[in-house]
Amino acid sequence: MSAPTYDLGTLHGGLRLPGHKSESTRQPILDVPVPGQLVLPITQHVGDPAQPVVGIGERVLKGQLIAEPDGTLGAPVHASSSGTVIAIEPWPVTRRNGGTAPCIVIECDGKDEAVHNTEPPVDFRTMAPPDLLRKFLQGGIVGLGGAVFPTAQKLMQARTCEIDHLLLNGVECESYISCDDMLMRERAGEVISGAQILMHALQIDVCFLVVESDKPEAIRRLGDVLGEVNDDRIALKQVPTIYPSGGEDQLVQLVTNREVPSGGLPSDVGCLVQNVGTAAAIHDWIINNQPLISRVTTVTGDGVVSPVNVRARIGTPIADIIELAGGYTERAQQLIIGGPMTGKSVTTDNVPLVKATNCILVSSETPSPGPELPCIRCGDCASVCPVQLLPQQLFWYACADDEKKMREFGLMDCIECGCCDLVCPSHIPLTADFRVAKGRIRELADEKARAARARLRFEARNDRLEREKTDRESELAEQKASAKKAGPSAIAEILKRQQEKKEVDD
Amino acid sequence: MEFKRREAPFLAPQVSVSSLMLQVLAAMVPAAMAHVWYFGPGFIFNLLVAALFAAAGEALMLSLRSRKPESGLTDYSALVTAALLAFALPSLTPWWVTATGALFAVVVAKHLYGGLGFNIFNPAMAGYVVVLVAFPMHLNLWVAPSMGDLDYQHLSILQTLAFTLTGSLPEGMTVDAISRATPLDVMKSGLNNARTVTEIRAIPIMGDFGGRGWEWIGNFLAFGGLWLLIKKIIRWQIPVGVFIGLLLPATIMYMLDQGSHASPGFHLFGGATILCAFFIATDPVTAATSPKGRFVYGLGIGLLIYCIRRWGSYADGVAFAVLLMNMAVPAIDYLTRPHIVGHNDGVNRSRSGGNDA
Repeated sequence: MSAPTYDLGTLHGGLRLPGHKSESTRQPILDVPVPGQLVLPITQHVGDPAQPVVGIGERVLKGQLIAEPDGTLGAPVHASSSGTVIAIEPWPVTRRNGGTAPCIVIECDGKDEAVHNTEPPVDFRTMAPPDLLRKFLQGGIVGLGGAVFPTAQKLMQARTCEIDHLLLNGVECESYISCDDMLMRERAGEVISGAQILMHALQIDVCFLVVESDKPEAIRRLGDVLGEVNDDRIALKQVPTIYPSGGEDQLVQLVTNREVPSGGLPSDVGCLVQNVGTAAAIHDWIINNQPLISRVTTVTGDGVVSPVNVRARIGTPIADIIELAGGYTERAQQLIIGGPMTGKSVTTDNVPLVKATNCILVSSETPSPGPELPCIRCGDCASVCPVQLLPQQLFWYACADDEKKMREFGLMDCIECGCCDLVCPSHIPLTADFRVAKGRIRELADEKARAARARLRFEARNDRLEREKTDRESELAEQKASAKKAGPSAIAEILKRQQEKKEVDD
Repeated sequence: MEFKRREAPFLAPQVSVSSLMLQVLAAMVPAAMAHVWYFGPGFIFNLLVAALFAAAGEALMLSLRSRKPESGLTDYSALVTAALLAFALPSLTPWWVTATGALFAVVVAKHLYGGLGFNIFNPAMAGYVVVLVAFPMHLNLWVAPSMGDLDYQHLSILQTLAFTLTGSLPEGMTVDAISRATPLDVMKSGLNNARTVTEIRAIPIMGDFGGRGWEWIGNFLAFGGLWLLIKKIIRWQIPVGVFIGLLLPATIMYMLDQGSHASPGFHLFGGATILCAFFIATDPVTAATSPKGRFVYGLGIGLLIYCIRRWGSYADGVAFAVLLMNMAVPAIDYLTRPHIVGHNDGVNRSRSGGNDA
């Protein structure tokens, strides 16, 4: 019997997780060759699905727009190699609840022929920020840290606030994931160039490049490049290796000591956070005119033969990428897209790599911790919660379905980092339970809103009926009054006229 | 290739209730050995009887509640309850007294409230208070510690076992001959009889700070408690709260009048203070749950212990103090909720001059 191996961090709980990063950082980033087939979901971002603008049978080139954004929030999708569109159909994708989503399937011809660019290159420094943001949108740039929020819209929203800090997130706090580490080591210049473009787009001159202390090589490379470009607007900050300091709000708090308000955005406290991979993608698009058609991803875990980081085209089937990492070992039992704390497990490797895929973790089955016991209120969950919730109390109220208390104790502020699960001696799946409880709260809110709408409709109808009734009554009363005023002789006159008219008609 | 599905996180927890309970038990081992050394083998028999009946009560209640008995028994919580009860009882206690306490603790205080995690009152203390109130005569059989010049009456293992099982002493020995008042009793009755603390402390049973023997058990309990703190099985808030709550008034009163108030050292090492601070009050189920709340909870226990010892009719007040503060836990928890990150609850933690005042 041993004490918890997950030690506490210093800043609002958190955990020191076993890193498992060295496995995948031993060799440089490998390029995945053009696959036989590319599967490109039309929803690879937060917002509305993009609308396909190519037909089945159409030949497409690398970098060609194949689906354009529709609605107020979204991003376009580009073909990541040349070939023929053979289908637009539902395909298995990586989502929490599994299932399929509409995808554009391209049969690659292997020529990797790029679309011919006619636009003359424009220096971004001469562009007005709104034009630059429009350009970001066209490049299909979304947040590559995993949240895939369209970058252009994020910046547009931020420009409506008073922003003074750009934070480039190179923290990558989850175990196993090392794609940002390797990207910073190999493409430090592009990351910093992206930061400069972002600063121009935001018209600010403070950028913190935040890297976790377990990435000395990346810090050294970034430092070297910063020395070369001599841009004193950008400061390199090292933060301790504590999960989940890479969460957007947590990073803001860690670096600037500002708390992002509940339900708010970092822009509410003057910050904008972008992943380092996004910065590099922005550089590729603005400087090299290459839209977001590939990304670096970590292939790791005891289920793959040689863990490695790869640069793969968006849409490449996961199975192809795992093959490049030497294929599966005998221990491969779980396929997790993302890290071990917040990733999603999928049942098939037939899913494509998407813009959000920062890690492909193949592992042996998570050992069962034994049966779930009652909560003993030890409070270890509260001591690791980065949002300072009391998960033990929330769990109690979630079991009781007490909506008011769940809200009061901040259920909606839970970031689902999973720290509480790891320290719970009773092995209660708190994060999963809170996910369900959040859904329940939203459901209740919907129900309430529906009931409120129905009540308004009902009241409006009653009002209308009442109004019509009084109108009719007052009209009638008016007629009566005018008739009274005219007196009996007038009535006799009218009746006589009607009589005469009748006679004439006859 | 097909894979298994499950929900994140995919890392397995490294702790379990049973490992926590086992470590708490392990932390009590040195003190238990000291107990046997000073007060004879009675402790072991008390522990065995308490464990047997606590486990039986647990199994009975779980099967009555249609739960698997092994799930409740393998968390070792009943064993911790039994051990705490054994520490609270005098070394010479008839088996049926111990059994009553253990059964009440597990059946009534724990399972009638919903079992592990749902009980309001600390089971061991509830069990102890029931036997203390019901059988006061049988909870007085503290023998003098076997130390140097003290008139320790040796009872062999078999004689102790015979007393535990039958309640009868060997030929020629009487209860009055072998039992001695505890240091806290001596202090209390001495002060009530208008003797000064210095006079009382001259009585041979008094040690350097508390009572001879007792203070060594206290040392070993503190040692185990510190180990639990280092292992993060318990947190500092409750022990520190108990010590401050007890020692602060004790120090003030002692400084005001050294003749009629026992020293803070005596309060610390006399009686069950250290057992309470590290092992009883730290029971997470019945304690307050937020860090601030736990400190308040400990503080309340310490204060109540002082009040009961000084002005109550019982020599020690640990059990009553713990049970009283158990009742206050819901209120403490409600009033000591921590600030949730991002909530503007009266404290402006965002940047100055921000537009979110």
